[in-house]
Amino acid sequence: MIDQINPRARRDAFGTKINRDHSRLLAYGVPWLAILLFSLTPMLPVIASAPVMPPLGYMFMLAWRLMRPGLLPMWAGLPLGAFDDLFSGQPFGGGILLFSLTLIAADFLDARFPWRSFWQDWMIASLVIAIYIGCAALVSGADLETPLLVALVPQLLLSVLAFPIIARMVSLLDRLRLLRIRRLG
Amino acid sequence: MAPPKIRSSSNRKAQLSVFTGYLIAGMGTLIGAALLIISLMQPQALAGLRSMATDAASSAGEAGATARTGGKSFFEAIAGYYRAGSRNAELEREMRIARVRLVEAEAIRQENARLKRTLGLRERDTQPVALARLIGSTSSSARRFAYISAGREDGVRPEMPVVSPMGLVGRVLETGARSSRVLLLTDSESMVPVRRSTDNVVAFAEGRTDGSLRLRLINLGINPIKPGDVFVTSGAGGLFRPNVAVAVAETITRDGAIARVLSNPAATDYVAVEPVWQQEARAMLRAPPAAETEAE
Repeated sequence: MIDQINPRARRDAFGTKINRDHSRLLAYGVPWLAILLFSLTPMLPVIASAPVMPPLGYMFMLAWRLMRPGLLPMWAGLPLGAFDDLFSGQPFGGGILLFSLTLIAADFLDARFPWRSFWQDWMIASLVIAIYIGCAALVSGADLETPLLVALVPQLLLSVLAFPIIARMVSLLDRLRLLRIRRLG
Repeated sequence: MAPPKIRSSSNRKAQLSVFTGYLIAGMGTLIGAALLIISLMQPQALAGLRSMATDAASSAGEAGATARTGGKSFFEAIAGYYRAGSRNAELEREMRIARVRLVEAEAIRQENARLKRTLGLRERDTQPVALARLIGSTSSSARRFAYISAGREDGVRPEMPVVSPMGLVGRVLETGARSSRVLLLTDSESMVPVRRSTDNVVAFAEGRTDGSLRLRLINLGINPIKPGDVFVTSGAGGLFRPNVAVAVAETITRDGAIARVLSNPAATDYVAVEPVWQQEARAMLRAPPAAETEAE
């Protein structure tokens, strides 16, 4: 007698494996869309009198790059940075420069440390975000005085603490990205 | 995840694609650096592109701003139930005092009008150009800009002052068709001529980026400012009309004070865009000096 087959045997986290495949649009579109959407945070109704919000667009790009190397092309810094510049309040070009440099640096990092745990990723991200916030303040055209530097500290701490949450959101989005929804045949 | 293995020494095509990747990324970096230098030297160079993008995103932002107003009043309504009794008594006492003050203020207003008539000065009421919502602000950048939901189509022009019922918020920097970018008072590039509300101690209010203002006295000497002094716009420079509340002094420094901005933009729902106070004076200031024009 043949037992009934387990109904979940032909499924995995991304859906049924029969007659379905990943959608190219989702697989390549979701990271871009997520980064662009979070670059729009200045349009959120948060009116801050000091820089407090983490640079979410940049952190999403960093999280995608650290989690899925090779998914974002090397030139992605140009369009993503330009879009971020349109809203972030930084002088246009600063985002392009910093986003591109980050992607190039991440490539060298992958060559040196190909296998990393999440803790290492977090440590690297904290360092990179600290450098980004510092450089962004440097090129923003604001007067570099003590009150500005003091005001950057809470933003930096908040960004470091927000990175695990962002990494978690990116991994959720990654599951959405790899859903098998394309019908074959 | 480990990076994909594309560094193969035998695969010529893969090597070429890695090289092209670096080349394009390097070019992107250079483009970014060039654009950055241009924007630092000419801040308004790419303003058109920016305002177009803001226009496109502002409708979503406006919906968010509506939700913020609604959400705030919702929580305030709940919080109101807790201290209703003591609050009521306190408000009634304040109301009795306020009624007396109102009558006094009315008397002073009439006296003021009479004195102005005697002097032959005409009272000019500034009508706001447009009322707008604060959509958002550059909350993760070191610069302090805000976006408002009124633009060129509503008559908003660069340099117009933006005020809330609590006081001055900033001035318009770039205008899109239906949205504008506002330089907030706390930006380090913002400078407003102010005077103490009670007398003529004049100062400049500079933004400090961390949400406070630095008041620099123009007449140095003994610092007359005391904590709690309220500063209002003086009208010097012709941009802001006089007597709009700006800040209240908190800490006294050697050459002035550190002050708190009165109109906290986070607590403001609607702002009014006002016309430039002395249009002619501004035009004269921006025109080249007479000597230069004669020489040409």
